[in-house]
Formats: sequence, structure tokens, C-alpha cells
Amino acid sequence: MKGIIGRKLGMTQIFDEETGSLTPVTVIQAGPCPVVAVRLADVDGYDAVQLAFDEVSEEKLSKPELGHLKKHNVGPHRKLVEIRGPHELAPGETVTVESFEPGEKVKVSGVSIGKGFQGTIKRHRFHRGPVSHGSHNIRKPGSIGASATPSRVFKGQKMAGQMGAKTATQVGLTVVDRDPELNLLLVKGAVPGHKNSIVVVREDSR
Amino acid sequence: MSTPIDILERKQLRDGIPEFKAGDTVRVHFQVIEGQRRRVQVFEGIVIKRQGAGVRETFTVRKNSFGVGVERTFPVHSPKIEKIEVMAIGDVNRAKLYYLRSKVGKKARVREKQRS
Repeated sequence: MKGIIGRKLGMTQIFDEETGSLTPVTVIQAGPCPVVAVRLADVDGYDAVQLAFDEVSEEKLSKPELGHLKKHNVGPHRKLVEIRGPHELAPGETVTVESFEPGEKVKVSGVSIGKGFQGTIKRHRFHRGPVSHGSHNIRKPGSIGASATPSRVFKGQKMAGQMGAKTATQVGLTVVDRDPELNLLLVKGAVPGHKNSIVVVREDSR
Repeated sequence: MSTPIDILERKQLRDGIPEFKAGDTVRVHFQVIEGQRRRVQVFEGIVIKRQGAGVRETFTVRKNSFGVGVERTFPVHSPKIEKIEVMAIGDVNRAKLYYLRSKVGKKARVREKQRS
């Protein structure tokens, strides 16, 4: 599984010189990500590669984090992510945006924008009730189940609660372009997360 | 400070675009792709708005075609635009000329700027 860690910089649009059509793209500043460690199925029970991203000063990291990176001869980095799946990387190598080709299908994971505590209409796309004729049921969720049987609320019942700010993955995105000089990856469409949030780009093998 | 997005957008800016604003009469030479062939179509009318900035800037041209108002929005920096000719400079008091939509005939005109 190919993957890289990046920072979502925002969205813009790209003209196609031939047809003049506009493509909406998300700009991701990805890599260079040094390989910290590799996990092997024989030793660790699964195949994965651990990548580091976002260089910081040593004071920003805890001693255990620093020790782990020093052991593998990698400078201090803020983010460590394991990308699961078979790979051909060895410790000491670096993953850059050049591992992705324009036209390739990718999936992008990130922490979605937090919306706070939201009602059922916004959170689960419920319909609202009538607003006139003495209605008191404008944004209420309605019935949440039957009475004596089962005399409980089923698990997974859609109710109000925290919305967003959890890991989301957008699949089936296309790499439009890349810029090895600025470490940029241009992906068609929107990806989860706010600006400057950390996202993980992986190949979409479906 | 120039962010990577600024650099990407600035790279796509094209030059040779004349100065024009809402109220001006322009002639847009626009490439139309029909299967394999491409030909140039001319759209002439009054600019009723310009919006956005940088590569994302667009302008809308309104014209009257056989009694029907037609509006077309073009990206200013589109590579499909061959050239923009400014035919007349309008004298208007607004940046967005939406009021032209509800006017017909003589009232749907824009006064030309007198050269002083």
C-alpha cells in the first residue's frame, strides 16, 4: 500500500490548457516522509510502514518520541503514521510526492471539521415538523422506538450529538498534478478536514 | 507572503487581457470545440459584472438575442478566450448591473462615457 502524510493547504482550481475546462482541486503539501520503521508479517503479525511528517524542533517532542526517532536515525517530526499493507520500503528511505502519478486514484483520510453538538436535522438529515397550526414539533427527533416491547432504545438509534471532528476518508479521488519542488499534491475534489490539518493520502486499490 | 496556492494560481494568470469593467461593451472571441474541430465564436454584449480575484475571476456579458436576454459568464483567465475587444466604455454608477435584466428596449442601454 502506497501512502504519504501531508497537510491540507486549501482548494483552488486548475485550467486545462487544451479544453479550457476547470478542475476543482485540493492542494496537499505532502512529504517528504522519512521511513522510520517497517512492520513485517513474520515479526509483527502485519505488514506496514511507519512514516514521519512535519519536522519540528526537539523541544516539541517528548523523550520517548525522540528516543524512538533517534533509534531509527530520523530527525524530530511531529506526526507518525503507520500505512498498512505490503510495501517495498526500507528504513532510511524517504517517501515523496513523486510516488504518486497524475491520474492515479487515491483516498484521503483526515479529521473532519467539527460541527459541535448538533440536532438530528443537521446531523442525520432528518426532516423537520410543521412550523404552524400550533406545532411544537419543529426540530424534534420524533419517535425513538416502541414502548413496553422492547422497553429500551435500540443501539445505533440516530439522535442528537457530536457531529464532525472524527476521522473521515474520502475514496475515489484522482491525482491531477504534483509538484516535487514544493512537495505539492493536487487532488481533484474536496478532502476531509480544515485548512492546515494533517491528512493521509493512500492509493485507492478498488 | 506567497503561499503555494498563490504560486499555483499566479502561474495560470494570462496576460493580454484589456482593462474593462461593468458597463463596458465587449466582444469576447471564445473557442468552441465541436468534436475534433475548434472554431471561434464571438459573443458581444454589455459586461454586467466582474467577480472574484486572481485566476478565479469571472465576468458576465449580457446581450439581447432576437428579443431574448442572454447572459454568459466567462473566466477572465480561461485559455479558451482568444481575445477580448473593448468596444465602448460605459458610464455607470454601479459595479453590478443587475437592473438591466428587468429593462427592455431603449431603457436596457448603458450611456457611453464622454471623453473629457
